[in-house]
Amino acid sequence: MKNDTTNIVLPDFSKSPRIDKVGVEEQVAKFQKRSVKAETKKQGLRMALNMIDLTTLEGKDTPGKVKQLCYKAQHVHDILPGLPKVAAVCVYPSMVGVSVKALAGSGVKVASVSTAFPSGQSPLSVKLMDTKFAVSEGADEIDMVISRGKFLSGEYNFVFDEIAVIKEACGEARLKVILETGELVTLDNVRRASDIAMYAGADFIKTSTGKIQPAATMQVTCVMLEAIRDFMDTTGIKVGMKPAGGISNSKLALHNLVMVNEVLGSEWLSNEWFRFGASSLANDVLMQIIKTETGVYQSSNYFSID
Amino acid sequence: MAKQGNKKNKAFSWDYAPALEGISHLNIKEKYDLFIDGKFVKPSSCKYFDTINPATEERISQIAHGSEIDVDKAVKAARRAYVNVWSKTSPSERAKYIYRIARLMQERARELAVIETLDSGKVITESRDIDIPLACNHFFYYAGWADKLEYAFPNRKVESLGVVGQITPWNFPLLMAAWKIAPALAAGNTVVLKPAETTSLTALKLAEIIKDSGLPNGVVNIITGYGDTGAAIVNHKDINKIAFTGSTQVGKIIQKSIAGTDKRVTLELGGKSANIILDDAPIDQAVEGIVNGIFFNQGHVCSAGSRLFVQEGVADIVINKLKRRMDKLIIGDPLDKNTDVGAINSKEQLKTINDYIKIGKDQGAKIHQSSSKAPKKGYYCVPTIFTDVAQSNRIVQEEIFGPVLTVQTFRTIDEVIQKANNSPYGLAAGIWSDKGSRVFNLSSKLKAGVIWANTYNKFDPTSPFGGYKESGFGREGGLHGLRAYVNLK
Repeated sequence: MKNDTTNIVLPDFSKSPRIDKVGVEEQVAKFQKRSVKAETKKQGLRMALNMIDLTTLEGKDTPGKVKQLCYKAQHVHDILPGLPKVAAVCVYPSMVGVSVKALAGSGVKVASVSTAFPSGQSPLSVKLMDTKFAVSEGADEIDMVISRGKFLSGEYNFVFDEIAVIKEACGEARLKVILETGELVTLDNVRRASDIAMYAGADFIKTSTGKIQPAATMQVTCVMLEAIRDFMDTTGIKVGMKPAGGISNSKLALHNLVMVNEVLGSEWLSNEWFRFGASSLANDVLMQIIKTETGVYQSSNYFSID
Repeated sequence: MAKQGNKKNKAFSWDYAPALEGISHLNIKEKYDLFIDGKFVKPSSCKYFDTINPATEERISQIAHGSEIDVDKAVKAARRAYVNVWSKTSPSERAKYIYRIARLMQERARELAVIETLDSGKVITESRDIDIPLACNHFFYYAGWADKLEYAFPNRKVESLGVVGQITPWNFPLLMAAWKIAPALAAGNTVVLKPAETTSLTALKLAEIIKDSGLPNGVVNIITGYGDTGAAIVNHKDINKIAFTGSTQVGKIIQKSIAGTDKRVTLELGGKSANIILDDAPIDQAVEGIVNGIFFNQGHVCSAGSRLFVQEGVADIVINKLKRRMDKLIIGDPLDKNTDVGAINSKEQLKTINDYIKIGKDQGAKIHQSSSKAPKKGYYCVPTIFTDVAQSNRIVQEEIFGPVLTVQTFRTIDEVIQKANNSPYGLAAGIWSDKGSRVFNLSSKLKAGVIWANTYNKFDPTSPFGGYKESGFGREGGLHGLRAYVNLK
């Protein structure tokens, strides 16, 4: 399912709702205090595993490494039968072809970063080519970055138009728009950028590239989830959320799920609408799942590091 | 429990499994006596009354009903301790005792939190994270002042008052006892304290802690009982000061009874505080603030933001978001760490609240209640808001002391100032706006003792708290709180 915002009346983005940082911190603290136990925890861990975009975004990535990652995506921990697969693998455009082949028929999606990821410091023509290449190689999802420089200088129309054009180039692929919240600095900016991305046609909004700190803090994700809820209220269009970068353990993942559950509702609790962009989260979740099954923690040597 | 997750299944819901705080570690006696002169003694009447867990309606323990005779014994003990010991104890020695009490409370924080929740119905996360730590902090804070009184009031000679009688309410049982005892001891007074009859347990646990701390006998005496016990304290001839927190109705009686005596008095009474949302407010955080303002501690907060004023441009958005947020609140067992709204303190209070809800409906206000379900057993009230109300509605004028909010809209700042101040009370107010100048303009014109900007119900030992008009007089907390327990020359 892809979002079509072409006929939606645009708001004045300079009037996006204001965010009070201290208030957001208090909201987040409430989510972190939720006690997730027993069956709820088991369910949450499996959901989290199923929502992971298994990611490798390095200059030294090789087809071999990506193939191994794709195998892991489908066989996260075969010793425990019945585990869900991860949602997708997330790679650079040059690795899309390999991934598509390796994941054929598995149901695991291939996501490609694009638009001169991670900085986005290229002309639109290059970003378009980047995107079209990834799509032609068979990517199911495109993770684009916004032009943070233009956003910070107040050129919201530029940012909007760029997203809209990339969206067109995506064809059937779903578009995730990376705000790179670490560079936007304020929560007011995060909210405004979320609004711009959604009105421009984002299917998902995503916090970070993973290359900049801070990345997916709970505060930032909270603000983005609220933007998604308000967008749904106004337009009736459902947008997905992907926190990426920094979510490396199960506890944090469960806190995020609690937040999604309470801000947006359980309709968002599937990998169609919520993803974790992470490389090391999967093994920690697995370790916790084994712990809930057997009562003991296993050594990290028992979990594959693809 | 929810069914196994299935993304195509629309009815999927991820509910939280019970996460109950354990109670096996508690040490609660069958019966509690009065704490007089450093010892637990039987009441002269030999009468005890039950203290009930409002979440289960079951008896937790029995509490002594102190009479005039017991109060007299306690006051005499307090006077002896004042004359012979406490007034002669050096300020730094006083500080040591107060610090010691604070540390002992911290050590037993978990026990205190769980007992507070059992006895009062407030949720465990609140007693664990707010009530008990704040109570400890009040002792720590005032311990620091004990030997610095001449710096607190420069160029004045500071004297203690003598024996102070203190009466605390049931909404924050231990915290209110700390608010009262800590500054009184720091300033060099001795204390006779009566906790509220429905929530005496943590005050009695505090008595045990005080005993353990080695505080000289008679410096703090705790007399449990009903209104008649409180009246005996108020009317006792040898008490120098009365500090009362509770209803305006009782506050008025106290003021009448001490008229013509040389007793000092501070009263912290009811409120009907305005929470004002301006059109440039950070909306989602404001909604959270509204919830915190009125549903925190089931609305049993004298400073509760029970009158909501929303500027008309954002009224629909705010009300819709508030309703949705209310539906997400989890009502249930206060011992469950995931519960947001616990039990109403007593059967009587539940009746009062339900009566007001009926009055609201009868007067034609539009009611909306949270869709969350309350347990069948126990005293529960679902979070409730009334829209379409006017200043002339009784539910807008009178303190309900429950999770019931009235919502009015306004257009201009002058209008909201006028309406917010149009109340016999003046305890607290909240202002939500992104613009500092609007906040300062409003805060200088609202007649309220405490004004929060972009937050609500925040308490700190260093910050004074108290009211205007019929919300009482005198301040508790901070340097101002110390002033109420000293004589300056």
